[in-house]
Amino acid sequence: MYVAVKGGERAIDNAHAFLAEERRGDTSVAELSVAQIREQLRLAVNRVMAEGSLYDPDLAALAIKQARGDLIEAIFLIRAYRTTLPRFGASRPLDTAAMAVTRRVSATFKDAPGGQILGPTFDYTHRLLEFRLAADGVVPPAPTALATGDAVPHITGFLNRDGLIETDTPSDDIPPDLTREPMELPASRPLRLQALARGDEGFILSMAYSTQRGYGRTHAFVGELRIGTVEVEMDIPELGFAVCIGEVEVTECETVNQFKGSKTEPPQFTRGYGLTFGQTERKAIAMSLVDRALRWKELGEDNTGAPAQDEEFVLMHADNVQATGFLEHIKLPHYVDFQSELELIRKLRAEAMSALQKEAAE
Amino acid sequence: MTTDSQKNDDRKAWMGVLARAKPDALAALMPADQPDHVLLRAPEIGSVMVRGRVGATGAPFNLGEVTVTRCALRLACGTVGHGHVQGRNRDHARQAALIDALMQTDRAEAIRTQVLHPLAQTEQAARHARAAKAAATKVEFFTLVRGEDK
Repeated sequence: MYVAVKGGERAIDNAHAFLAEERRGDTSVAELSVAQIREQLRLAVNRVMAEGSLYDPDLAALAIKQARGDLIEAIFLIRAYRTTLPRFGASRPLDTAAMAVTRRVSATFKDAPGGQILGPTFDYTHRLLEFRLAADGVVPPAPTALATGDAVPHITGFLNRDGLIETDTPSDDIPPDLTREPMELPASRPLRLQALARGDEGFILSMAYSTQRGYGRTHAFVGELRIGTVEVEMDIPELGFAVCIGEVEVTECETVNQFKGSKTEPPQFTRGYGLTFGQTERKAIAMSLVDRALRWKELGEDNTGAPAQDEEFVLMHADNVQATGFLEHIKLPHYVDFQSELELIRKLRAEAMSALQKEAAE
Repeated sequence: MTTDSQKNDDRKAWMGVLARAKPDALAALMPADQPDHVLLRAPEIGSVMVRGRVGATGAPFNLGEVTVTRCALRLACGTVGHGHVQGRNRDHARQAALIDALMQTDRAEAIRTQVLHPLAQTEQAARHARAAKAAATKVEFFTLVRGEDK
């Protein structure tokens, strides 16, 4: 039975006004602009775009401001906004080989053609707080060198030449879309990659870490990690050809795993794949490890019962908007539910007590 | 004589430049004498699902969406222009569609010089600047001389 209860409207309005004031903080401190967030908190913006599953740096920055820096709340806002947009269509698959790279490293080949390009990375920093940043500081321009403009081919291509690594068969199949149809299990690899690409960074990271520690062993090397911009092309029916509709920054990670072979496959290297919006390399590396762990069945490996091998466990718990929605709803009024629990407990207690009294009397 | 496919490649190239241009940069370069036109499709904000490929070369998968604004218009002479631009700027989409239409008229060469070339140059300069900074972070490996090599 539902009991309609009214009230709380004024309290809610006032709570929102209080929230707005707290969001602004001390008014003697200058207000943060959306452009400042977009430019100076770019990795937060990237995470919101990747997990919000919508590439729009201005919107992500606005969401971060509105959410007071709570990134999961910001992702929620972006997901909600996304549902209001008409979908014009789908792009042609990104050509990541043609990426304008700002970072490209391989842990497996020192002398890879195209070279090891460190880019704007935290790697090799000392992780010591820079108090200079607390004061206003002018940053000297970054050094430059002659860019050769040479192609930067995918590194797994070199292993392919010797047949030492599995190949992915190109196709033009229309991939399933979990934003349109509920996710069905068992999921195809394209569906798994979509779910992982928008999954929570912390969750995917922990799943990947668990495989490294032995829960579904994937001893992976980063064959290649590349970050840069790629053009997005879409077929325009009115024109009869594809045009570039913009450019997105992505992170791509290919991991290489040893594989001792199975009944159907010779010993060779196998691959895990990660692709995410923005410079989001922790997420892309983790995604490729989890992708590889989930492929145990297809490769004829043992299921060790590890969480990262359990497709349902991983895919059904990776989405932080779903997770936080279900988790946080338990703080909202459950007065009637709880009233029935209370009555049940009282009844059970009364029965138990009278049984005890009866026993004592006998 | 140019073939249809060359014409399409040319159009594809300018539409790409217009789509990737910063809205302010395009707005600043718009010709003062803009011809009358009717909107066939008023600027509309929507999204496009961006796809990747499994392992970069395999089957397509859905990566996530990108915001896009599109617009179509017709000049008095009947020429139709299309604009599909990244982001949510309606003026950007309309201006891109107008330039696309003008590029199919006898004003094409003037528009190419006044609008498309500067936009393409700005884009090239930004790409080069970024590539040059990345190039400076390229690792130069050297091997230390080992004791037994002496």
